[in-house]
Amino acid sequence: MSSVAQKSGFGATLWDWLTTVDHKKIGILYLLGGLFFFVLGGIEAMIIRLQLITPNNDLVSAGLFNDLITMHGTTMIFLAAMPMLFGFMNAIMPLQIGARDVAFPFINSLGFWMFAFGGLFLNISWLFGEVPDAGWTSYASLSLHSPGHGIDFYAIGLQIAGGGTLMAGINFLVTIINMRAPGMTYMRMPLFTWTTFVASAMILFAFPPLTIGLFFLTFDRMFGGNFFDHTMGGNTIIWEHIFWIFGHPEVYILILPAFGIFSEVFSVFARKRLFGYTAMVFATVLIGFLGFMVWAHHMFTVGLGPTANAIFAVATMAIAVPTGVKIFNWLLTIWGGSIKVTTPMLYALGFIPSFVMGGVTGVMQGAAPLDYQLHDSYFIVAHFHYVIVGGVVLAIFAGLHYWWPKMFGTMLNELLGKITFVFFFVGFHLTFLIQHWLGFWGMPRRVWTFMDGQGWNLANFVSTIGALSMAIGFTVMVINIIMTTIKNERVGNDPWGDGRTLEWAIPSPPPFYNFPATPLVRGLDTLWIEKMEGSKEMITPAEPITDIHMPHGSIIPMLMTLGLFIAGFGAMFHQETSWGLGVLIFGLAFTFVTMAIRSLKDDLGYYVTKEQILQDQENIKRGRN
Amino acid sequence: MSEVQMIKRSPAEQSLSQRRAKESMRSQVAMFSLMIFLTLVSFSMVFAHLNDVPGFSKFFIIPTLFLFAAVQVGLQLYYFMHMNEKGHGIPQMFMFTGAMLGFLLPLTFVTIVWW
Repeated sequence: MSSVAQKSGFGATLWDWLTTVDHKKIGILYLLGGLFFFVLGGIEAMIIRLQLITPNNDLVSAGLFNDLITMHGTTMIFLAAMPMLFGFMNAIMPLQIGARDVAFPFINSLGFWMFAFGGLFLNISWLFGEVPDAGWTSYASLSLHSPGHGIDFYAIGLQIAGGGTLMAGINFLVTIINMRAPGMTYMRMPLFTWTTFVASAMILFAFPPLTIGLFFLTFDRMFGGNFFDHTMGGNTIIWEHIFWIFGHPEVYILILPAFGIFSEVFSVFARKRLFGYTAMVFATVLIGFLGFMVWAHHMFTVGLGPTANAIFAVATMAIAVPTGVKIFNWLLTIWGGSIKVTTPMLYALGFIPSFVMGGVTGVMQGAAPLDYQLHDSYFIVAHFHYVIVGGVVLAIFAGLHYWWPKMFGTMLNELLGKITFVFFFVGFHLTFLIQHWLGFWGMPRRVWTFMDGQGWNLANFVSTIGALSMAIGFTVMVINIIMTTIKNERVGNDPWGDGRTLEWAIPSPPPFYNFPATPLVRGLDTLWIEKMEGSKEMITPAEPITDIHMPHGSIIPMLMTLGLFIAGFGAMFHQETSWGLGVLIFGLAFTFVTMAIRSLKDDLGYYVTKEQILQDQENIKRGRN
Repeated sequence: MSEVQMIKRSPAEQSLSQRRAKESMRSQVAMFSLMIFLTLVSFSMVFAHLNDVPGFSKFFIIPTLFLFAAVQVGLQLYYFMHMNEKGHGIPQMFMFTGAMLGFLLPLTFVTIVWW
């Protein structure tokens, strides 16, 4: 197979995307998948807020409300935020370290398809009318007693999606450890690569507990297990521990790449080297490490006792120190910089105060005695939306505008981008700031409706208006994306003009082999060094141009996951139907057969010839002039 | 296809790599004997305890066995699985992090879940 053969037509294009193992295309798939689920989770959020706009509202029933909050949380964390971050990691991180692809392109594809089918499985519950309804934490004392298949969809869907995440994490780790270009030492890696590395290491250690917890839940609900049933000698608290041993690192897995994106944006648009690079790296690693030592702060009110609560409270507050280091480093990066307020920079500037507010309320909850007051109130809702929307979602939007040209070769409209920011940012604060007070005034979280005359009416109304403003902002962004795609005005290597890292040294979008010759890295901000030296080619090659070994595409990852998807339905229905067990066995067998095919059939890849690379180079040069 | 490059070793490189291989072999054999010796000691201790030899109480034997086991794991990792050689820093870091979490998490479970 040669890459010269350009296939066309809808079928061929579709086949190309289904079988791709190219990290840039998988990155785009992750991004689009994440955006799709972001829309779903957003619609759920809008219905939640519309239900709470007035007291005694009956827009949705109490049961449906539980479905909505559960699916909103689960979808946003597992199927929207993580995949979109994975999209950026996939598309950008190999470019930043000067690699041609990730270490395991096949596993990369498998990871994406497991996320896609896992997410699909979870959301098919809406079609069955039996939706997960025990909250995104799905505490066993509640979820074991949920009637119907709702929680089964949760357990199996997340199991499949979680497997994909674990694969992606391992893949990124191996890529960063083994595939850095010559000269790219650890302490020369861009911050986004560093945060990808630490987040991946956290995935490596945090997702196995989730896998175990979900298996326990699956056994308890579908196969007669009793891990969490205290009447049979189990312990319902174990689920909470296992979930949060995963769950707390999970929120750092989300926020660290967000920190990475902002670190890139700040230094590019302040046109300064990132202030305190070494301290930033150290803080990232420290946050990653401490993230594993604080999970019990989600369970202060469970009754762990004062000693355990005190230990976990102190550990929790300790995390504020490295986070503070980061905040000050960002401020000092901007300080005295030649600032360009582009759309990504706007998000970054908005991020600092928003995230600090979320961090401060986090320290408040870290104080165990105060947490007894705040627990299960709207204060908690306000806090975690401040860190996740004010941190992660702003970062995703910033990254979307910042790296859009690199991923798609077109530039998102700046004016529409700024309009999006204003609507979204104002809406965000309008929605969640007032919820702190709602918490103080006693409104519990996860309530379907509330009575009149408690002083909550106006605050809830304001909150809903804010949510609508966020929806308008997001809609403008979707319009922006569609318009930009239709206009299709191609941009050059470095459309922002101030790119500092390697990804901006190659065409947008890059050729499928990324670098004609592996680059030589001579320091932090590789491209900036070349620019300062007036280098014409923007890349110092570390080797002559030779043939490049590339992997073949494969449909097997999708089929492997399809088997697990089918097996999931079998597991769910095996207790009440006769065909359930057969489907379960068929699905697993299907997966094992595809695994066997992958193992037994040698796929040695192909070579991109030197002539073709030189030809491509020539075409790019001619296109530029 | 890309060209396969053959690089000839100079005589100095050849002798260096031979010396290294010899040293590595010597340490492997030495450690292997040490491990067999530790295993023999362990079995003898338990045998002595079962035959009521004075001084071999189980409060002495069990901690000693654990100590020997830890030494054996270390030798296994560092000599037979070559973790003492260059370029194993990252795997070591991940293994020790995993081992630490694998120790700390169950520790918290036995102290605060089943307290």
